[in-house]
Amino acid sequence: MKLELRGITKKFGAFTANDSIDLTVESGQVHSLLGENGAGKSTLMNVLFGLYEPTAGEIRVDGTPVRFGGPGEAMAAGIGMVHQHFMLIPVFTVAENVALGDEHTRAGGILDLETTRRRIREISDRFGFHVDPDALVEDLPVGVQQRVEIIKALVRDARVLILDEPTAVLTPQETDELLDIIRQLRDSGTAIVFISHKLREVKAISTQITVLRRGRVVGTADPGADQSELAALMVGRDVVLNRAKSAPTLGEETFTVSNLTVLSPDGVRLVDDVSFGIRQGEVLAVAGVQGNGQTELTEAIMGLHKAQGSIRLDGEELLGRTTRQVIRAGVGYVPEDRSTDGLVGPFTVAENLVLNRYDRPPAGNGLQLDPKAIRRLAQKRVQEFDIRTQGVDLPVGTLSGGNQQKVVMARELVDDLKLFIASQPTRGVDVGSIEFLHERIIRERDSGTPVMIVSTELDEVLDLADRIAVMYHGRIIGIVPGNTSRDDLGLMMAGIDPAASPQDTTPKGATA
Amino acid sequence: MSTTVTVPSGSGASPAAGPAPQPQREIVRHWATPITFAVLTVISLLVFALGASGESATFRISTEADAVQIPDIVAPTVPVGWIITLLLAALTVWGLLSVRRRGTVPGWGSAAFAVLFVAGFLVWVVGAADTTTVFLTGLIAGAFVLAVPLIFGSMAGVLSERAGVVNIAIEGQLLAGAFTAAVTGSVTGSVWAGLLAAVVAGALVSALLAVFSIRYLVNQVIVGVVLNVLVAGLTSFLFSTLLSSDSARFNSPPHFESIRIPVLADIPVIGPILFDQTVLGYGMYLIVAALYVGLFRTRWGLRVRAVGEHPKAADTVGINVLRTRYVNVLLAGAIAGMGGAFFTLVNSSSFSKEMTAGQGFIALAAVIFGRWNPIGAFFAALLFGFATNMQYVLAILGTPVPSQFMAMLPYLVTILVVAGLVGRSRGPAAAGTPYVKE
Repeated sequence: MKLELRGITKKFGAFTANDSIDLTVESGQVHSLLGENGAGKSTLMNVLFGLYEPTAGEIRVDGTPVRFGGPGEAMAAGIGMVHQHFMLIPVFTVAENVALGDEHTRAGGILDLETTRRRIREISDRFGFHVDPDALVEDLPVGVQQRVEIIKALVRDARVLILDEPTAVLTPQETDELLDIIRQLRDSGTAIVFISHKLREVKAISTQITVLRRGRVVGTADPGADQSELAALMVGRDVVLNRAKSAPTLGEETFTVSNLTVLSPDGVRLVDDVSFGIRQGEVLAVAGVQGNGQTELTEAIMGLHKAQGSIRLDGEELLGRTTRQVIRAGVGYVPEDRSTDGLVGPFTVAENLVLNRYDRPPAGNGLQLDPKAIRRLAQKRVQEFDIRTQGVDLPVGTLSGGNQQKVVMARELVDDLKLFIASQPTRGVDVGSIEFLHERIIRERDSGTPVMIVSTELDEVLDLADRIAVMYHGRIIGIVPGNTSRDDLGLMMAGIDPAASPQDTTPKGATA
Repeated sequence: MSTTVTVPSGSGASPAAGPAPQPQREIVRHWATPITFAVLTVISLLVFALGASGESATFRISTEADAVQIPDIVAPTVPVGWIITLLLAALTVWGLLSVRRRGTVPGWGSAAFAVLFVAGFLVWVVGAADTTTVFLTGLIAGAFVLAVPLIFGSMAGVLSERAGVVNIAIEGQLLAGAFTAAVTGSVTGSVWAGLLAAVVAGALVSALLAVFSIRYLVNQVIVGVVLNVLVAGLTSFLFSTLLSSDSARFNSPPHFESIRIPVLADIPVIGPILFDQTVLGYGMYLIVAALYVGLFRTRWGLRVRAVGEHPKAADTVGINVLRTRYVNVLLAGAIAGMGGAFFTLVNSSSFSKEMTAGQGFIALAAVIFGRWNPIGAFFAALLFGFATNMQYVLAILGTPVPSQFMAMLPYLVTILVVAGLVGRSRGPAAAGTPYVKE
């Protein structure tokens, strides 16, 4: 099977997400689509999958032009997609999820799940998936959920499989397993489109690489290409991949968390007896796969979550205080989701910049705001943080992801901070802004503030951390130095402490 | 009200990659149920035992005409009051212990407690009444009759919410059904025409709900409330202008006759309850069964539930989300319309202003209490129907409780059940959220 995209253009109003893109995938190939967040990769694939109607251009299957009115038609044509956010129904079983939309039925429309179960077992055995057709999807770890998504495509005889940022939620070990699965699929004749912004994986798996930037194809490369070459192509200028940061000047341990436990409403230990300390002038990075208690840990520190244990800053107990009191105690906090927790989208840039001190001079006095002072303050911050905006009176929601994140960071990095916490400080942010934001974080550290970073991106953790705490199922598996190897961190992220287990710890199929 | 305590749960030291490791879980204790038990036990002690008056309460089961005669149950009020109080106290202690041990009280425990408490209440209230004899079979049969519109309404709620549209407009759909059934039935002289008109009217109210919430993304709760007010206003206006002007012509609908199934209807107690009904009554059981099988055993149901849980996932496997929602909301309205027809074609002689009297909202409570399951909602509606009928029967007997308090009974039961006994129940995840394709 040969799938071709010819001159695909997709416009949303005045914004061109895809600009006459050409792409060809053939069976037995892994074609990688490399690009930054917002480069138009997902848009392109949604066009291909029938979710979006292209503004111009055509799709050809084996040379014949096709038009997909919806995902159902794309699937019928042999195109399967594993979405970045899984399209699974949590309260359904694996079999029900796989059957949905393509059900086998007996007389009267009665469901026949037995056929589906058998197909799932067949595929599961062939690729070594270990998926139980009767398990509820919400009980499965993300890695297994992803396999369910792949099974969904294979059951429908997909000959082209699109994987949209498939490794974003996986541990390094799960990533290796996924890459193995992709190789098996490729060898069995499936054409694969692999979408990613991670150079390492793209180099490891691809037979061909197409690089997208701002909705355009800016080049193609073969997997032998140099990493920094690919990065330059993706970003549009030279990038320093591994910046060396200066050694930390450590002060006293002013921030300590001891025996902190957070429970979910139904009694699950989301954070389980966690203890650590951060010294002045030190960056502690909390690594781990999404959903292992990091969110709850930061929220407990900020007073957003009920918790037991102790959180001390400069000798004072923070636990049990309100969020406002915690902020007043000198804590700066960048929440992990800027659009829902970090910013008020329809508010202006200036207003968003004073959300944590609107009630004290110079912004206001608790009774009224001082709009002039707020604007002056905002203009200063916009310059300092190089926030690209037409003006401080624009709604913050109109800014790009990177600039929005700079607004949050500029608000939280106030003078005389006692503690700075940033969750996913560069998620969905362009490379240029990442460099800038990382530099600001290190500058804050060097001014003597204890800094806590929560990140699921191993690259970011390794770039910033002086020490790394790895969380798994609510516990801290271990706290290791900032120069710990990726392989060891990967094992820890899967819940195995390499220091504690003397048996063979070399990961199978380690990638470049 | 809940407290937590750690329970040692194995070593938990070797979480390997691969199969999902069990997350550490602690017992979260829900004290609300045993505390409710304790309060009700105290009430039982003060009212049913110490406050017992009169000699005894008599519960008749058979009528003289019945082929099989079952003797009356005569319950002496004071001993029964004490026995029930002691049993309730025992259940309370057991409830406290089971919360301490495992966090919750099992559902059958709550059910047993409720049955005992109701029995205690009945003996006390009947014993103290002017007439100390009550026809038990009639009490239950009446509950089934009063539950019919609730059951139709709750099926409408289940169907609509399973597809992801919150249906607050059940009340309006019932009322519209009742009104059009009365008018059409009167004018044409045909019960079937009346029923058909009620189905169409319910579906029309639903059509408004569907268009506003699915097409124009208006908040579903607000659309529902507005529709209820609209239907109430419209029918009241037409009632006082059109219907009152010539009620012989417009408001004297024909009625469905009961169809007695021979032999089966002669079974004591359940015979007259289940096998002596109108077409609407039998149809109701069919609808409940069909919805249950349909939702949980068929392709159609799998797709409907998918649309209500995660519409985008349904969309990506080629299911038409919006069409599924339109169809289900319309079907729901049609079912509620049938329930409305019950008011004017079976239960009362004619249409009167706002005659549904909030039943649509109680049906909504039945949907939640029944956990969005047709069978569950059916039994929840029965419970509410029983409370309503008890109020009617007791008013006739002449009880010491002021009638205004008795009139509160069905609503009190609804609040108690939904707030106290249901706990956190999880409905369809996407109910109330419109689906927008980018």
